[in-house]
Amino acid sequence: MLDPAQSPEFRARALTALANKNQSAAVARATSTISDRRDLALEEVPEWQEWRERARLIKAHVLENLDTYLEQFESNAKRRGVTVHWARNAQEAIDLIFDIGKRAGSGAIVKAKSMATEEIGLNHALEAKGWEPLETDLGERILQLDGQMPSHIVAPALHLSRDDVADIFVRELGVDRTNDPSELTAIARRVLRTSFAKAALGISGANFGVAETGSILVLENEGNIRLSTSLPKIHISLMGIEKLVPRFEDLALYLRLLPRSGTGQRLTVYQSMITGVDPSQEGPEEMHIVLLDNGRSGLLAQPDDRQTLQCIRCGACQNVCPVYRAVGGHAYGAVYGGPIGAILTPHLSDGPQAAELPYASSLCAACRDVCPVKIDIPKSLLRLRAKAVKDGHRGRLEKVGFRAWARTMERQGRYERAMRSGRMFQGVVLSDGAAGKVARSPMTPLKAWMTERAPRRLAKKSFRELWKEGLIDG
Amino acid sequence: MKVSLFVTCLVDGFWPDVGESAVKVLRRAGCEVSFDPRQTCCGQPAYNTGYTDEARRVAAVMIDVFAEDPAEAIVVPSGSCAAMIHHAPRLFEEGDPRRAKAESVAARTHEFSSFLVDTLQVVDLDAKFSGRAVWHDACHGLRELGVKDQPRALLRKVDGLELVEAKGEPTCCGFGGTFSVKQPEVSVAMLDTRMAVLEETAPDVIVSSDVSCLMQIDGRVTKEAKPGAPRIMHLAEVLASR
Repeated sequence: MLDPAQSPEFRARALTALANKNQSAAVARATSTISDRRDLALEEVPEWQEWRERARLIKAHVLENLDTYLEQFESNAKRRGVTVHWARNAQEAIDLIFDIGKRAGSGAIVKAKSMATEEIGLNHALEAKGWEPLETDLGERILQLDGQMPSHIVAPALHLSRDDVADIFVRELGVDRTNDPSELTAIARRVLRTSFAKAALGISGANFGVAETGSILVLENEGNIRLSTSLPKIHISLMGIEKLVPRFEDLALYLRLLPRSGTGQRLTVYQSMITGVDPSQEGPEEMHIVLLDNGRSGLLAQPDDRQTLQCIRCGACQNVCPVYRAVGGHAYGAVYGGPIGAILTPHLSDGPQAAELPYASSLCAACRDVCPVKIDIPKSLLRLRAKAVKDGHRGRLEKVGFRAWARTMERQGRYERAMRSGRMFQGVVLSDGAAGKVARSPMTPLKAWMTERAPRRLAKKSFRELWKEGLIDG
Repeated sequence: MKVSLFVTCLVDGFWPDVGESAVKVLRRAGCEVSFDPRQTCCGQPAYNTGYTDEARRVAAVMIDVFAEDPAEAIVVPSGSCAAMIHHAPRLFEEGDPRRAKAESVAARTHEFSSFLVDTLQVVDLDAKFSGRAVWHDACHGLRELGVKDQPRALLRKVDGLELVEAKGEPTCCGFGGTFSVKQPEVSVAMLDTRMAVLEETAPDVIVSSDVSCLMQIDGRVTKEAKPGAPRIMHLAEVLASR
């Protein structure tokens, strides 16, 4: 979930990201292009707000009744020849997938793009056992070659320019340099096609599971997911327990909602609906669905924040977030970055690094306004911040500071005295003398403000003084 | 109409001219303006940083002050502070008498431009200001309170003022309360992105109605001291000019 290779501090990771001008430009360009496309796609749908509300209601209803729908899903999938497994955490999911995969024998392991497999660190775990899972999504393939994590939920390599991709291909595949997107795609395809032909095991995620039929739906644009889920002898789908919808017909809404919100497409190029296995037909001999909890049931038990599980992973909140746009996904140091990552990650991982993510936001609420299932992300950010304070994850200076602030602000006299002292000492504090230097030593908020911004000085007379002296006229 | 001004701590200390202008404009619109000096801060800095107990203590004082206030409306020259007063009831448990008080205070509390346009239904304040102005939408005003058309309607009626629009969806100035000092580099990067879009309109003045944003923008413009940089003004200051 969290990236151990990076600094545990968001600020340090953000600084690294900001220093990478090439990456900043790529992120800014890609996020604004996708957002523009999305705006156009939504203009065609005057009933968008009704879609959102329905999409929210269905998801909220599923979460209220998740136990029932999961059992329904399991029994309907089983009835159609699917083996259903339950994984309480990442390790259990990895062990299950490894055990199933062993039966596939030799042959390639082809992987479809799946955030759930990223969440459990599947590739690394399989590689540690000597397996070679091959990412077949172009963006994921590029990142796998370069040993990077995805930086975006939908467009994993969004932070790379085509020149970056060219460099990676030259270095890792030994091909002649080209930065032409279609040539780069052709290079990737050549390698991938050979592997598909030899594939014995296919691993995918799932965008939706249908309780009444036991089906899964996977959406994509490249066709690699269809190949990954149909050519190999064994197909394993790893699916978070929150991915269900009750009825087959509910998909009609999400099938249109997700692509429009995610990439500004009316529909994705491929929609693969997989309902069980049929030995008399072409396709995998075995299908396994691994239902992943990994912190989700804990989140489900929190009525106020349960809404986080409504997420359909469209990435719109990332595209519109000014923090994400400035620093990109890797700065969040977690598999899920951006606004949704900031409210999801603390429920999936413990510790101060996860608890800091809800603070990686200016609370501008742009994310809430684009979310296609109406998750109130700012409210969840605020609740998680309050929890971080309660759990003791915030610094001493901040804690003492707010205590003193409250003491000052709750009494008129103290407030006025504080303002008078501020006025008296600001000259010294903001000066270049020794006292000024101490006041602006690295730990103070004032120093942080002043590095790139001029401080505003307290006025000679406050508003209340002007008012009291009768100097405010009509 | 009897109006009580919640001037906000930042205006009180750092931008008294904004408060003074707000009073002038409200009086010009026919209001009788009062100011209760027991007011301090809305509690937003603590609330937004997760210090709920501290936010509750401070908000409780504000609620007590304004609950007794006989004014029909409480007007705030800052969208985020007005939004905080609207959030305040949430700080108190169901059944706590303060919650009901907080709700009645919230119901009477209005952001400055929306009070003029939506409540008083006044757009022409007989102001004169010469120059090109671009409106910076402050996030909390825009997304929590729906402040979008009101300030534009007011600015369009200012004699000599040419209102220009920045391209695309409005984005955050990067202030975000303690965010601005906890993540100063990201905060300034966000600001620079926003400023580039605003400055593309070649404005003489950038106008907003949230003092937090003005502080952030003004801080950067002053620090950079670029020749020909736009002035930074609060809506009340523009409307008070004549």
